[in-house]
Amino acid sequence: MTAVPNLASALSRSRLLNGAAEWFLQYFLKPIGQILLFAVIAGSSISLLALAVGFVLQTDWHGIDILRVPARINLFEQVVRQLPNMLLDGITIGFVYAVIALGYTMVYGVLKFINFAHSEIFMMGAVVGYEVMIRLRDGQLLSELPPLVVIILMIGAAMLVCGAAAVVVERVAYKPLRGAPRLVPLISAIGVSFFLTDFVRAFQALNRNIFNMPYPTDLVPFFGARINIAEGLSTTNTTLIIIISAIIMLVGLNYFVNATKIGKAIRAVSQDQATASLMGINVNLMITITFMVGGALGGAAGVLYGLKTTNVTPYIGFIPGLKAFTAAVLGGIGNITGAVLGGLLLGMLEAFFSALLPYFPALGLGYSDIFAFAVLILVLLFRPTGLLGKKVDEKV
Amino acid sequence: MATQSLLQERASRLNWREALPTIFAILYVLIVFSLLRSLNRADLWFPTYSSILFPLFVFSPFIIFALKIPFALRAVLIAIIGLVLMPILGMQDSFYLELITQIAIFAAMAIGLNVVVGFAGLLDLGYVAFFAVGAYLWGIFTSNANTIVRISGAQAAPELFWLFLFLGVIAAAITGILLGLPVLRLRGDYLAIVTLGFGEIIRILVSNLSNISSNRRNPINITNGAQGLPGILSPPLPDFMFQAVESLTNSLGLPVNNVRAFTYQLFYYGLVLIVCALSALIAARLDNSPIGRAWTAIREDEVAAQAMGVPKVKMKLLAFALGASFAGAMGVIFAARNTFVSPESFSFIQSIFILAVVIVGGMGSIRGAIFGAAIVTLLNLQVLKNFSLQINALRNIDWVVPIIDFPIRNWPQQLEPARYERLVFGLLLIVMMIFRPSGLLPAKRRQLELQGERAERISEKELTADVAEIRPEDLLSAPAAIGEAKEAKAANAADIAEDLPADQPPTPGEGLPDEPKEKP
Amino acid sequence: MRLDSSPESIISQRVQEETHMRMFKLFAVVAVLALIGQVFAAAPVSAQDKVIKIASQSPLSGGQSLLGTAIRNGAELAIMQLGKQVEELGFKLEFVPFDDQATPDVGVANAQNIVNDAAILAVIGHLNSGVALPSSEIYNRENLVMISPANTNVRITDRGYPTVNRVCGRDDAQGAAGADYAVKELKIKTAFVLHDKTAYGEGVATFFAQALEEAGVEVVGFEGTTETANFDAVITPILAQQPDLVYFGGIYNQAAVFFRQAREKGVKSKFMGPDGMDSSDLVKIGGEAVVGMIYTTTAGPASLYPAAAQFVEDYKKQFGASPEAYAAEAYAATQIVINALVKAIKENKGEMPTRAQVAAAVRATEDFETVIGKISFDANGDPKVATYYILEVASADPEKWGENPLITSVQAPSPLTAKEMMDKEKMDEEKKDK
Repeated sequence: MTAVPNLASALSRSRLLNGAAEWFLQYFLKPIGQILLFAVIAGSSISLLALAVGFVLQTDWHGIDILRVPARINLFEQVVRQLPNMLLDGITIGFVYAVIALGYTMVYGVLKFINFAHSEIFMMGAVVGYEVMIRLRDGQLLSELPPLVVIILMIGAAMLVCGAAAVVVERVAYKPLRGAPRLVPLISAIGVSFFLTDFVRAFQALNRNIFNMPYPTDLVPFFGARINIAEGLSTTNTTLIIIISAIIMLVGLNYFVNATKIGKAIRAVSQDQATASLMGINVNLMITITFMVGGALGGAAGVLYGLKTTNVTPYIGFIPGLKAFTAAVLGGIGNITGAVLGGLLLGMLEAFFSALLPYFPALGLGYSDIFAFAVLILVLLFRPTGLLGKKVDEKV
Repeated sequence: MATQSLLQERASRLNWREALPTIFAILYVLIVFSLLRSLNRADLWFPTYSSILFPLFVFSPFIIFALKIPFALRAVLIAIIGLVLMPILGMQDSFYLELITQIAIFAAMAIGLNVVVGFAGLLDLGYVAFFAVGAYLWGIFTSNANTIVRISGAQAAPELFWLFLFLGVIAAAITGILLGLPVLRLRGDYLAIVTLGFGEIIRILVSNLSNISSNRRNPINITNGAQGLPGILSPPLPDFMFQAVESLTNSLGLPVNNVRAFTYQLFYYGLVLIVCALSALIAARLDNSPIGRAWTAIREDEVAAQAMGVPKVKMKLLAFALGASFAGAMGVIFAARNTFVSPESFSFIQSIFILAVVIVGGMGSIRGAIFGAAIVTLLNLQVLKNFSLQINALRNIDWVVPIIDFPIRNWPQQLEPARYERLVFGLLLIVMMIFRPSGLLPAKRRQLELQGERAERISEKELTADVAEIRPEDLLSAPAAIGEAKEAKAANAADIAEDLPADQPPTPGEGLPDEPKEKP
Repeated sequence: MRLDSSPESIISQRVQEETHMRMFKLFAVVAVLALIGQVFAAAPVSAQDKVIKIASQSPLSGGQSLLGTAIRNGAELAIMQLGKQVEELGFKLEFVPFDDQATPDVGVANAQNIVNDAAILAVIGHLNSGVALPSSEIYNRENLVMISPANTNVRITDRGYPTVNRVCGRDDAQGAAGADYAVKELKIKTAFVLHDKTAYGEGVATFFAQALEEAGVEVVGFEGTTETANFDAVITPILAQQPDLVYFGGIYNQAAVFFRQAREKGVKSKFMGPDGMDSSDLVKIGGEAVVGMIYTTTAGPASLYPAAAQFVEDYKKQFGASPEAYAAEAYAATQIVINALVKAIKENKGEMPTRAQVAAAVRATEDFETVIGKISFDANGDPKVATYYILEVASADPEKWGENPLITSVQAPSPLTAKEMMDKEKMDEEKKDK
């Protein structure tokens, strides 16, 4: 991390560039540095954990049957061998969780309620990505256009549609409920989530008579092309696309929230609605914008998730949504930086558990989700406001 | 007591105006019942008729309950509906018995969840986990799957059902306390998400505990995993019951195919009714007790409640344990009745369904929970499915919708209503929250709170309804702390009401019969 | 009354009047409904008194709907084409499709509804053994006959219920046939076996893994997963061990996603699966990744059956798509049901037969010519001899699914038949000895 200030000081020597450098440092290098730092922290702590567990458990634990590894497997060796892949998987899915988690955390920051329907907005993003790809394919454009243009079209369309959908949802289902007890909008959000799932299902059943929506990525060789990072560790362009787009979005959001007037207004609303409105901020407009931005991010995350998993159905939203929410709580809900850290940590933890569990025949993969929830519960028990959350005093 | 004498006075002055609603209600029940009896499954329009008439029949006890007649009379009338008319319908078509049993199961769970969410204000999104505890307790010990229990010969005899019913209550209550202990510090949304996680953990556990040994060839199977437990036993019934049912059905001219199966259906119907009634009784007594008031206090303001000396920890744990125990009992019955349990029956969606029952009926209201269970279950199991069956039946005869000339054959298969239960439920929840957040049959206290908080947006019409709902004895009987707040709200409402034109009639509630005005 | 003069009681009196009015309205609505009901009910009932219904239960919505709809359509086509056999005897034959959503709960709830419709005399279904097992308990309780076109799990018929039959093969033989091919032809040394944790998937995967181990192949992993989208967790250990073969015991909608992600992540093993893979959606979802995959099935391609050509043509004409796997099986099952109905009605002298009579007539089916060949049931409801086919996915084009080349096929008798044959041989030997 010492490289960053050095670079900054080198840049600041030029007086002409001074303002631009400051801006660049503040809204570009610093957030990227922070994201990378989080990734490194999460990655290294999980690697250490994995190696330690692998080392401790490699010996046959007589008496504890469920911790017994089949005799032919050297657990430590296996852990070392799959560590790079594990980290890569963890980072990829972690970034997706982080982008979804931002939608939860922003809405929570402003309105103090869990937007349960966000997972369905995310699912809609994946479906929009599918529609764009299929339309391009039918117009014979999919293999003609440069892959980057395809990606930008998909993400752009998803952001537009999902941003608009989130605003509509807010107007119809949440706005009439402002000021009601907290349970009321939460239940309305659950209702929206149910409605959207079946709405998309009905739409695609009538539109194309399908349920499964596989992305035709086979037609774009660029997506599947392999990149060799190191011996035994290769990845596809898709993974890189996911990571890079996620970082761009995170940096963009950081700029939006911290450097623009609207961002400032949103932060003001999240701190104190009444005071913000006295200061001449249009609270309703800011809430709408928050939903729009959160929805757009969710939609983009949907496309990334679709690219990663290759098949989309109307039911994919629930589990990633739940995990992303867990990530948001893990990092401290309402805190944007926390959501990124939480997402990366959760992605890593999941990769860690699922890489180790198959070697214990008495446990097996089925339990990996248990650990995600167990971690969530533990964090909440010891730090009820999450890792980066601030302790809020009770209002009496 | 003034109320007592008032009541007696009313009862003695039964003139025709007062008797009219009762006569109407009885006529209503009789007409709906005889129409249901006259239905024939071979009829083309059977699905539509039965999904209109049966819900009307199920609502009849609520209508009777809303009558302004002595409690004993209402109880007798409801008992006749439940214990005479319903079984007769069941003999004609045991699917009705199936439906009403499901309704009662959901109702008991909704009452349990009501204790946690409605009374104590602790939002529990993993409530179905307690149901799973009960169901798996009986399931593991009597299933014919190759579980460790069966292999080691530790299976329970079916006679032990009653013991297990009790054990199910205990086990669920303990699970409730185990969940409650760590989450005591959490509140609101955090609590919701932790309970959700807890529910999922239980579900993942039961779907994975099919092999906890390192040797795949020699698995230690506890729950039979995602495949579920088949062949769960029912308690044995004495022979005379079968004979009685057989002679009864024959004498009524409604012989059933399989007397054994039908007797069991009747038995479970009776059993769930009893458990449901017990739950309702317990919850109702608690609501009006110091414990209930302590819960209300915690729900309204935890810090203030603690400051006033309400034992927060004890009260919260009690709410969790009590709410869970109802679900545990129903779990045991559910497993025995269904003869099959699988982890899918205990997914997050099920928790949401039970929550929807509570919300639709009215949070904190016991009548509401039962009513909500009726609506949600009927919608899910009967109305939507029958709608699909009706479309299919019409398709079979190439029916054409009159007036618009639409051949039903062209109705897309993708749009069969039975497939869109979530869509319907989603809309139901949203619409309920926007237009009637206090539920269809709200608890009075709750309704006031919800309307009070939205006072500035309340229409004049709703305000007059508010006034109609508040009576002096209500205010006197309410606990002092809440009473004061409520009085302030009521005074506020009354102030506004005075400004209204005097001839505007008050409009209590919408669509459904409202609260009975006297307490028995 | 003391309170009469106070405003509260005036209000409560008004409330009462209001209630009266509402009661009256409610009553009026019910009365009108009743009248309408009587008018409508009067007309059609008498004409439809003698109706026999055949129900189908399969997933018509959700990820597995392609196969479920094939079952529904196959049964419907048979009823449309052959229903007149029953109609000639004075009964109207109707078809009632149910959607079990591939979920045991829904299947059981539907079954409760089905058994209560006295006109339903047979059920064609299910797709998923995990749904069929609990649902058939309810059919059996009410003597309602079920013929499964697709359930290969051994427990379906091993329970020995008189009402439960199937026209397809069994998983013990299917797993063994697949393993045999993998060992002898693919010459694998290591294998990773996955399943979807349903009765069907886990059952067939277990038989497959056991047969492999008996043949000396090392099974480096045996995992169940209910994941449907992100298979990172499963793929990481497979990547680390690079087995020769990856087997997925489950249904195509889940397996195709897994295979595609595995290929993308660099798993180079051969892929294999059971009859749940037999759907054109496998390549639609899996794309290039599943080309070259081997799958076993008990439903041979329609082109194998001489009688099936006409069926394929009619099916295409009726539903506008090529028949998926199990459409022909469902058609065959319905043929058997209709044949049994005709027999039962005749035995009953033209009266409505009971469910038990229909069940007995179905079980008595002997050398009956169906669209998928001759079928006879053994005492447990298994077809006496079933054929197991091994096919390879040839093309990533879903349209060409029907053209997947058949590698080999194995005929195997059901366990009861095998036992009978052994007993017979023994008897013959004893006779010879004597």
